[in-house]
Amino acid sequence: MSANITAVVDPITPKDAVRESVTRKLLRDPQALIAGSILLVIVVLGVGSPWFASHDPNAASLDAVNAPVGTPGYLLGGDQSGRDILSRLLLSIPTSLFTAVIGVSVAVIIGVTFGLIGGYSRKTVQTSTEWVFSLIQTFPGLLLLIVLVPLTGGDYRITMAIFGVLLAPGLYRIVRNQVLSVKNELYVDAARVSGVPDSRILGRHILFVVRSPIIIAAAFLAGACIGIQAGLAFLGLGSTLVPSFGAMISDAFANFYTDPLQLVWPSALLGLLTASLVLLGNSLRDALEGARPKSGSASSRGTTRQAPQNTAPSVALLDVRDLAIAYPGPDGKPREVVSYVSFTVGAGETVGLVGESGSGKTQTAFSVLGVLPREAIVTRGSIQLGGLELLDLSEKDKRAVRGRRIAYIPQEPMSNLDPSFTIGQQLVEGIRCAVPGLSRREARATMMGLLERVGITDPDRVFSSYPHQISGGMAQRVLIAGAVATRPEVLIADEPTTALDVTVQAEILDLIRELQAEMGMAVLLVTHNFGVVADICSRIVVMQSGRVVEEGDVRDVFASPTDPYTQDLLSSILDEGTVRLDPPRTPEPVEAQK
Amino acid sequence: MSEPLLDVNDIRVAFPGRGFRAKPVEVLHGISLTVNEGETLGIVGESGSGKTTIGRAVLGLVQPTSGRIRFRGRDITDLRGNDRRALARDIQVVFQDPYTSLNPSMTIEEILSEPLVTLGATKHDARARVRSLLDQVGLPSDAAVRRPREFSGGQRQRVAIARALAPGPRLIVCDEPVSALDLSTQARVLDLLISIQRETGVAYLFVTHDLSVVRHISHRVAVVYRGDVVETGSAAAVTTDPEHPYTQRLLLAAPVANPEEQEKRRADRRRLLEIQRQQDEQAGAVV
Amino acid sequence: MLLYVARRLAFGLILALLVTMITYGLLSFSFDSVARTLAGTNASAETIDGIKSQNGFDLPLPVQYFQWLGGIFQGDFGYSLYSGEEVGNAIGVRLTVTLSVVVLALLITVCVSVVLGLLAAARGGVIDRIVQVVIMTGYVFPALLIAIALVYIFAINLRWLPATGYTTITSDPGDWLRSVILPAIVLSIGGIANLTSQIRGAMTDELRKDYVRTLRTRGVPVSSILIKHALRNAAGPALTVLSLEFVAMFGGALIIERVFALPGFGVYSFAAATSGDIPVVLALTVFSVMLVITVNLVTDILNGWLNPKARLV
Repeated sequence: MSANITAVVDPITPKDAVRESVTRKLLRDPQALIAGSILLVIVVLGVGSPWFASHDPNAASLDAVNAPVGTPGYLLGGDQSGRDILSRLLLSIPTSLFTAVIGVSVAVIIGVTFGLIGGYSRKTVQTSTEWVFSLIQTFPGLLLLIVLVPLTGGDYRITMAIFGVLLAPGLYRIVRNQVLSVKNELYVDAARVSGVPDSRILGRHILFVVRSPIIIAAAFLAGACIGIQAGLAFLGLGSTLVPSFGAMISDAFANFYTDPLQLVWPSALLGLLTASLVLLGNSLRDALEGARPKSGSASSRGTTRQAPQNTAPSVALLDVRDLAIAYPGPDGKPREVVSYVSFTVGAGETVGLVGESGSGKTQTAFSVLGVLPREAIVTRGSIQLGGLELLDLSEKDKRAVRGRRIAYIPQEPMSNLDPSFTIGQQLVEGIRCAVPGLSRREARATMMGLLERVGITDPDRVFSSYPHQISGGMAQRVLIAGAVATRPEVLIADEPTTALDVTVQAEILDLIRELQAEMGMAVLLVTHNFGVVADICSRIVVMQSGRVVEEGDVRDVFASPTDPYTQDLLSSILDEGTVRLDPPRTPEPVEAQK
Repeated sequence: MSEPLLDVNDIRVAFPGRGFRAKPVEVLHGISLTVNEGETLGIVGESGSGKTTIGRAVLGLVQPTSGRIRFRGRDITDLRGNDRRALARDIQVVFQDPYTSLNPSMTIEEILSEPLVTLGATKHDARARVRSLLDQVGLPSDAAVRRPREFSGGQRQRVAIARALAPGPRLIVCDEPVSALDLSTQARVLDLLISIQRETGVAYLFVTHDLSVVRHISHRVAVVYRGDVVETGSAAAVTTDPEHPYTQRLLLAAPVANPEEQEKRRADRRRLLEIQRQQDEQAGAVV
Repeated sequence: MLLYVARRLAFGLILALLVTMITYGLLSFSFDSVARTLAGTNASAETIDGIKSQNGFDLPLPVQYFQWLGGIFQGDFGYSLYSGEEVGNAIGVRLTVTLSVVVLALLITVCVSVVLGLLAAARGGVIDRIVQVVIMTGYVFPALLIAIALVYIFAINLRWLPATGYTTITSDPGDWLRSVILPAIVLSIGGIANLTSQIRGAMTDELRKDYVRTLRTRGVPVSSILIKHALRNAAGPALTVLSLEFVAMFGGALIIERVFALPGFGVYSFAAATSGDIPVVLALTVFSVMLVITVNLVTDILNGWLNPKARLV
C-alpha cells in the first residue's frame, strides 16, 4: 500500500488526563482503604471464627449469666443465658457473610441475566420479562419473607435466597436500561456490520459497560441484605441455635435494664460491617464511573477582572473589548478559552462570528448574555450595551437586560424547550417575565400574533401543543418568536440553522433578515457556515483558538482574506464547480488476506 | 452492460408507531437504485427523507417489508444469522458520529482487529494488517495502542474508515461521514475517501444532506424526498441543472460562500418558489 | 389521560390477582404442617384430616383459591384459625397504626429530601458537600441500630418521648404524635438518603440542560426555573424512588414496631406467620399487595400528569 495518501499525517495530541487503572484509583482513596481493611479484618475473623471462638455459641453456663467484661474465659462477658458473648459475636459473622453472598448472588444472577436478555432481545421477549419483574416488585418485600415462614421454616439461607429474588428487579432495571442505551450506540451497529456474533457483542461491547453498575450495586445490596437479615433475626425469625447479630441484639435489647453494655458489641460490629460495605460501594462508584458531576464548583468571584486597554467611551450599540474567559483546568489553575476578543455590533448591523469548534465563539456569545456556566471566570475586558457595562451588573440587573434588550436564539430547537409545558405556556411565561405588568390575555394575544408573523400557519394548534408534537423547523420559529417578542436591541443567534434542513434554513434566514429590517435590531450571528455568513451578514469576525484573527466587511474578507487561517478556511470550502471527473475504476484483484 | 454491484429494487421499510398500539409508519415507499463497481452513488435528502434508512437496509440493520436487495446478483434481502454475517467481507459502513461509532473502552488496535479476527484472521496477521490500515488512512502507527478519546473528530473518522476497509469490502455505505466534522477536516477526509476509491476500486453508497459534498465525491446522485427517489442521474446533471422541482429548491436553498453570488442565488430562489407556487395553484395541489 | 389511568388500573389489578395466586400457591405447601399444629401433638391421622376438610384444605387448589377470592370480594376475610377473631377487623386496626407511622415517615422524607436535594443542586459548593455527607450517613447505618439508639437517647435518657406504646390520633393528637415521631424518623432516614441522592442527581442533570439556559436568557427568575421547570422534569424518576421507598418503609416498619412496641401490622403478621394462621396470612398479603399497587398507581398517575411523554406508555 502506498504511504501518505493524504498530504499531511495528522499529529496526535494526547489529552491531558492519563487514564489510571481502577485498582490504582481505589488504592489511593482513603475511604476505600479504610473500609476495605475493616471489611478484610471482619472477613478473616469470620472465616477463622470456628478456631477463634473459645466456647460453643449455644453453651450456657450458670456462672456466666450476665458476667461483666473481662471475666476470665468470657472476654466480652456473658449474656443473660450465660453464653459467651465473644464467641457468639465471632460466629455471627459467617451468618452475615453467608447472608450477603446468597442474597447478592441470587439477585445478580437473576437480575443481570434477564436484564441482558430483556434489553437486547426483541419486543415480545422484552415485554414478557417486564411483566415478570413488575410482578416480583409488587410482592410486599419483607412481609412476604415473614409470611413464608411456614414454608421456609425460618431458615435464614432460604429466606435470603427469596430476598435475593425480590431484589432482582432493581438490578434487572439497571442492567436493562444500560443495555438499551448501549444497544443503539453506533459502535454496536458497526460491530454487527463487521459480522461480530451476538454473543461477543453482548460480552465485549455491552456487558463491559454494564459491569460497573453491577459491581457498585452488589456492594450496596450486600449491606442491605445483612441489615435485613439482622432485622428478621431481631424479630425472632429462624432457629435460635444459629448465632446472628440480630438475635444478639434482640437478647440484649430485652436485657437492657440489667446490662446495657451487652447491646454495644453486636451493634458495633453490625454497624461496622454495613458501614464499610456502603463506603466501599461509594468508593467503587467514584473509581469506576468517575467523580459525580459536581453541581457547580465554588465560584471564584474573588478574582478581580482586568480592565480593557481601550477605555474610550463606546460608540457602537454592542461593544466587546479585550474579553478573556477562563475555566479551571484539570490542575485547578485557570485556563483561557477566549483571549483578547474585541469587536462591535452596530444597530441594524448583522455581524457573523465565525470559527470552527473550539474557537470560543459560543463562549463569547454566552458572555454577552451573561449565561456562562458557574465555573467560568471572565478575567479581563468589558462588554457594553449602549454604554452600560454588562459585566458589572448584579444578577438581578442582568435579568432585566436579558430577554428585554438582548435576546437569544439557540442552536438546537427541541432541547431548548421545556418538554413538560405547552408552547403557549412557555411563550407567555417568557414575555411576562420580560414585560412586568403584562396580563395573561395580553401576553397570549401578542404571542399568537408573533407566531403568525414567524410563518406558523396554525398558531392555535401550536400554542396548545407540547414540544415533542411539533417539528424542528416549527420549534425554531417558536423560539424566534419568543426572542423578538420584546423588540430587543440585540439578537444573538447561536448557529440557529445548523440543526435544520437546508430548505428550512433558507426560510429561517429570510425570517431573521426580515425581522431585523423591521425592528432595527443588531444581530450577532454565531456560525461555522460561510454560506450563511455570505447570505445574511454585513460584517464578519473570524475566531481561532479563542482569538480574533480577522474582521471586516463581508465582501472584503471573502474576496481577499488577509489572515492565513481565514484563507485556509475559505479554501477548504467545497466550491460549486468541482465535479467528480474520474470514472469508476474496475476493482483490484482480490487480496491475499481474504 | 455488466450487472450492477448493488441492486435495490422497490424496497419499502416501515417502523412501529410510537405509543400504545399506534400504527406502523412507512418510511420508504418503494426505493430503487443501483451502484456499480468502483463508483460512488450519492444519496441526497433532508431529515425525514429516509436516506439513512436506505443505507441501514442495505447493511441489514433494518428489515424491508417488501422489495429485493441484490448484491453481485445474489438476493441478500432476507439473509440472517451466519449468512448475513458472512457479508461483512463485502459490505461495510462508516457512520456519521465519530464520537459514538468507536467503542470508548477499546484500543484502536482492538477496534481494527475485531472485524479481521471475526472473519478468521490470526492475531499475528491481524496486527500486521492493522499497521497497513493505519498507514492507508494517514494515521501514525503508534495510534494502535491509544483509545478513541485521545483523538480528534477527524482522526476518529479515519479510524472508522480503516475499520471499514479492514475486510477488503467491495461496497462501503457512508452515512453522512463528514457532517459532524469541522470545515477544514471535512475536505481532508473526503479527499481520503476519494483516494481510497481510486486505489482499491471500492464502491460507495454515500448518504448526505449536503449538495456540495455529494457533488464533490459522487459519480451519480439520487435525490430522496419523503421516502421516494424523485430524481437520479449523473452528479453533474443533478447538482447543477436538476429537473425535479424539489431538487431545484434544494439546490437554490443551499447558501453559497460568496456574498455577490449568494445574492443572486437568493433572487433565483425567490423566483423559483414563485413559479412553483403558481404551478401548484394551477394544478390544484396544496404545496 | 383518562385512557392512561384506565390502563394502569387494569395493569395493577391483574398484578394483584397474580400475586395473590402465587402466594396462595406457595403457602399451600404448608397446609399440612399447619393442620398438624392445629390438631395438636398427638393427634390421629383422622383428626388431622378432619381439620383439613373443615378448612377446605383438601379441595383442589384452584377451587380453594377462587372460594377465598369470592369471599374477599364480599368483604369476608375469614376468621383466625387460632383466636377465631374476624380477620378483616383485626387487620384494619393494626394497619392504621403501621400506616400512620409510614405516612408520617414519607412526609418527613419528601419534605427534607426536596429541600436538601434542591439546595445541593442549585447552590453547589460547601452545601453540596454537606448534603452528600448527610446522604452517606443515611445509607451507612441500618435502621435497627438507629431505632435502638434513638430509644436510648430520647426515651430512656432524656425522657422526652415515650419508649413504647401507641395512642390513636383520635383520642389525643399530641400523644399520638409523640408515640409515632421516633419510629417515623427512624424509617425516614433511609428514605431521605435515597430520595435526596436521587433528587440531587436528577436536578443537577436537569440544570445543565439547554432549555434551562434558554429560560435564563428570557429573564425568567432562578426560583421559577428551579421549582416550576427543573423540579417538575426531575420529578419522574424521583416519584418512582418514592414508591419503592414506600414498600421498603412498610417492610422496615415491621421491624421497628418491635423496638417501639407498637401494636401494628408487623407484630401481628409475625405472630400469624409463625403460628401458621393461614386466613390471617392470606388477608395480610391481600392488604399489602393492594397497598403497593395503589401507591404505584398514584405514582404513575402523578408521573403522567407531570410528564406528557409518559402518557404514551
